[in-house]
Amino acid sequence: MKLKGRVHVFGENINTDEIIPARYLNTSDPQELAKHCMEDADKDFMSKMVPGDIIVAGKNFGCGSSREHAPIALKAAKVSLIIAPTFARIFFRNAINIGLPILECKEAAENIKSGDEVEVDLDTGAIQDVTTGRFYNAQKYPEFMKELISEGGLMPWVQKRKQFK
Amino acid sequence: MGHTITEKILLAHTDKDAITPGEFILARVDIALANDVTAPIAIDGFKKIGAREVFDKDKIALVPDHFAPNKDIKSAEQCKIMRDFAHAQDITHFFEVGAMGIEHALLPEQGIVVPGDLVIGADSHTCTYGALGAFSTGVGSTDLAAAMATGLVWLKVPESIDFTLNGTLQKWVCGKDVILFIIGQIGVDGALYKAMEFSGSVIENLGIDDRLTICNMAIEAGGKSGIINPDEVTEAYVKERLPEGKEYTLYTSDDDAMYSEKYEFDLSALDPQVSFPHLPENTHSVTEAADVKVDQVVIGSCTNGRITDLRVAAEIFKGKKVAKGVRTIIFPATQQIYKQALKEGLFEIFVDAGCAVSTPTCGPCLGGHMGILAKGERAIASTNRNFIGRMGHPESEVYLASPAVCAASAVKGSIVHPEEIVR
Repeated sequence: MKLKGRVHVFGENINTDEIIPARYLNTSDPQELAKHCMEDADKDFMSKMVPGDIIVAGKNFGCGSSREHAPIALKAAKVSLIIAPTFARIFFRNAINIGLPILECKEAAENIKSGDEVEVDLDTGAIQDVTTGRFYNAQKYPEFMKELISEGGLMPWVQKRKQFK
Repeated sequence: MGHTITEKILLAHTDKDAITPGEFILARVDIALANDVTAPIAIDGFKKIGAREVFDKDKIALVPDHFAPNKDIKSAEQCKIMRDFAHAQDITHFFEVGAMGIEHALLPEQGIVVPGDLVIGADSHTCTYGALGAFSTGVGSTDLAAAMATGLVWLKVPESIDFTLNGTLQKWVCGKDVILFIIGQIGVDGALYKAMEFSGSVIENLGIDDRLTICNMAIEAGGKSGIINPDEVTEAYVKERLPEGKEYTLYTSDDDAMYSEKYEFDLSALDPQVSFPHLPENTHSVTEAADVKVDQVVIGSCTNGRITDLRVAAEIFKGKKVAKGVRTIIFPATQQIYKQALKEGLFEIFVDAGCAVSTPTCGPCLGGHMGILAKGERAIASTNRNFIGRMGHPESEVYLASPAVCAASAVKGSIVHPEEIVR
């Protein structure tokens, strides 16, 4: 799958309290959560972003709480992809489980600037900064994760195997 | 080549003959945990795939602790989703307000988690139970939905980091100071994806409450889990509360187990630690925080709301008053802790000092309710995170410290070493 979008750059250690503050966790409605996406990292983010935009961030994106509301808010806000050198592990598995595209690529994360147009092939991990013409290659997913991603996330994967009552 | 305790527990929960770090496994779950924030999404996922019955009603724990007692109508609806599901599925370990406590204090206390268990929880501080020699890790709601249906979780077998902690801790220095120090040393992603294994004389001399605090904050260094090899202290704690018919297994790391990194610290000279805003890794000696004024003090949470935490706070508050202009709120983490504190007369000391004592709840730790900060306000808290806006307004500040430092700071009105208050 290929996607293209304009980039918003964030710093290191963006935590789930910044992605979706706990004051909004009294609901799990994705549209409601999306309204406050990234609010404590950049209060104007939702007014600036257009569906399909890409987040490029520093290391350890999504650290802190296990709240799945964070990737849900990003997905419902129609952020198409997040690129970072590393992701906090619970955020990483939540994103894979719910089908929010994320790529680990240190070089891309360090060089892509806010406002750049970026084109990505999710199948190969190839990242092109259309604005600067530079190419990057993201970390490949392990086989098991590829399987989860190709089947649409964890719940479709579980449903297909029917190991439940 | 030998194996770590983490590898041994994980292996015992698969059908494999051997496992190695980096490998993906499907593991059997002994306890799957969720709270009022994370359970509704998991329940929705569970129903959407057409699951009708949970894999084992005795192996699921549902605890309304974050926004409970219900803080508003929306929270009440979230708690109700969980309550209705728990009743419909006849979940054994569902704790209503009145029996409820903060999940990570409650499960060990009730003997629901025992050594050798594999526990997943839709809450990042699920890593707490490593203190009992269990493998436990935080996951998301979708993982929990899958586990409630199938009893299985996908995991990458983590590499382990060894932290050997030598020496003897000084008076007023506790498990919280140890883990804040370690996070300060390795950073908030210093243990990313890895199991943090703690050992050495410092650990051997700590009780279970302090060990739970240390493992609780492994996530604040990015760790997948925190774990301590079980010993006599662990066994004594577990035996005291082991439900009838329940068994436990003591796993320990082999001497020749493989670690990705090894750290060794002598903590004999360690001062009480304080983490400055806005990351837990911004750790300093309490003396470097001297005279930082505070508006609010919070003592409680899954990190430091246990009976030993309340006892040390009472030792400091006894015969003293909270400084004028400071609001101090104390949260015993469970009903049992509440009752014990009441029995020991700790509440009288707190109330006489001018502290408010609350029913158990995660409340202000995550900026939920029961002690939210206004713009520009500053708190010192025995909680676990000091991210931007964590306890309220995005322009408020949280300093993290032990219950002793929090109590002493409440008395002085600014951050201070406990020895300056209790001489």
